[in-house]
Amino acid sequence: MDNIQEAITLQNVSFSANGTEILHQLNGGFPAGNISVLVGPSGAGKSTLFRLLNGMRSADKGEIYIHGKNIAQFDPTDLRRTVGIALQQAPMLQGTVWKNLSLPRKLQGKELTKEEAQKLLRIVNLDEQLLDRKAKELSGGQKQRLSIARTLVNQPPILLLDEITSSLDQVSAHEIEKLIIHLNQAYQTTIIWITHSLEQARKVGDYAYVMMNGKIVESGNIDLLTHPSSDSVKNFIKGDQS
Amino acid sequence: MSYFTLVLALVFVLIPLILSKSLKLGLEKDTIIATVRSIIQLLAVGYILKFVFASDSYFYIGLMIVLMIAAATQNARKKGTSIKGITMKLVITFIFVEILTQAILLGLHITPPTAQYIIPISGMMIGNSMVLGILFLNRFTAELQAHEEEVELILTLGGTPKQAIHTQLINSIKASTIPTIESQKTIGLVQLPGMMSGQIIAGADPVQAVFFQLLVLFLLLTAAVTTSVLLGFLSYPTLFNERMQFLNERIKTED
Ligand SMILES: Nc1ncnc2c1ncn2[C@@H]1O[C@H](COP(=O)(O)OP(=O)(O)OP(=O)(O)O)[C@@H](O)[C@H]1O
Ligand SMILES: [Mg+2]
Repeated sequence: MDNIQEAITLQNVSFSANGTEILHQLNGGFPAGNISVLVGPSGAGKSTLFRLLNGMRSADKGEIYIHGKNIAQFDPTDLRRTVGIALQQAPMLQGTVWKNLSLPRKLQGKELTKEEAQKLLRIVNLDEQLLDRKAKELSGGQKQRLSIARTLVNQPPILLLDEITSSLDQVSAHEIEKLIIHLNQAYQTTIIWITHSLEQARKVGDYAYVMMNGKIVESGNIDLLTHPSSDSVKNFIKGDQS
Repeated sequence: MSYFTLVLALVFVLIPLILSKSLKLGLEKDTIIATVRSIIQLLAVGYILKFVFASDSYFYIGLMIVLMIAAATQNARKKGTSIKGITMKLVITFIFVEILTQAILLGLHITPPTAQYIIPISGMMIGNSMVLGILFLNRFTAELQAHEEEVELILTLGGTPKQAIHTQLINSIKASTIPTIESQKTIGLVQLPGMMSGQIIAGADPVQAVFFQLLVLFLLLTAAVTTSVLLGFLSYPTLFNERMQFLNERIKTED
């Protein structure tokens, strides 16, 4: 991975909440322009790492760099526009699909144009007719698409995805996978994708990171999910398939 | 009324006590505590006021107001433990409401600058400001707990703390002031306001009593809206740090 540019670099990153250390001395980097998958058992600290990456929390120790620039040097709002995130819950504000989609632009005191909205909806494959519907009434899959489109309004070069297909049926999940791969290829968006499905991880990922008990225990080419070197990762993978 | 008739009036405390006892409502203890406290507190206030009126000194008037603000702060702060420095924020709010209302009342010569006017009106302003403060803090905490996800969503999309909290702040200000405004719409139709009734019983001209009641109602509108707005804008920044992170643990550990 040495010759590939890093979108995100971690140096001895530790994080505690309520007196317990959740992340222990994380090191490593996520390559730019690729899809990295982040897997590991529940409670390993994957979502917590994401919260550090987009500045919703700050590391207690260590440094995080985005495209070589220390996270502490970013204005928080710029950081969050640079590192976009989509969550499993796909939270929506009260109101219409349009209100939700145009929100990121509103927050900058600007308006989303009709053309931009149409383009975004086309990317995520959502029907334009839905713009006047109440966002909370959308189906799980539609909500997830809207959530992704909304994050894309800021055109983030880095996109964090936290179990975005976990509550979706197979067909919707598959379409979201295609959509993310398309984003990566068309815009060179760096993707880091937390997933509980190793099958999905192997399908979409270029690189894999395995987290356990607040540590990154293995990282490297996606093949490591098929041929892990450590016993703990072997057990984790076996457990997943049973 | 004399002390003897006041003792006779305790019959009205016996009635709920007997009902509570026979129907096992379990209200006896609280009823007795409430009765004893109200007797002691009000009598004390009565005699203190008598002294302050007689002395006619601005020092004692000021002291009374300081005590009222201290008591109101003590009461309201328990509801705002999730907000850092809530005590100071409440004190600022109460002082602001007090100064604002008295400045207008005295400045425009609506009421004369005597203890007889300043103290009861201050009491009503600060007391109401306290109730509003508690209503606001309750509502604001509840709104934030219920809509934590939305606050964080706005932050993750590049919004500022003020943008992230805007809806919850406005909803809480509205919800806490609406009861004051609504209750004034039906006032006089169903029941006469307590203060006015008291004045009429004490022998005042009913129209004069109405004038004063109206003055108080208008003052209460100011107290209500000012309290919620001021407390809201003083409070919300403490829920975020300088990295624009939402410190939601504060709200969760609340209860
Ligand atoms: N605010 C917090 N205060 C205390 N502990 C927390 C807090 N947030 C997370 N944790 C703890 O940190 C650990 C890691 O949580 P995290 O949500 O990052 O795990 P995860 O890998 O995303 O798990 P999952 O796969 O179930 O989503 C867990 O033990 C969790 O209980
Ligand atoms: Mg998680």
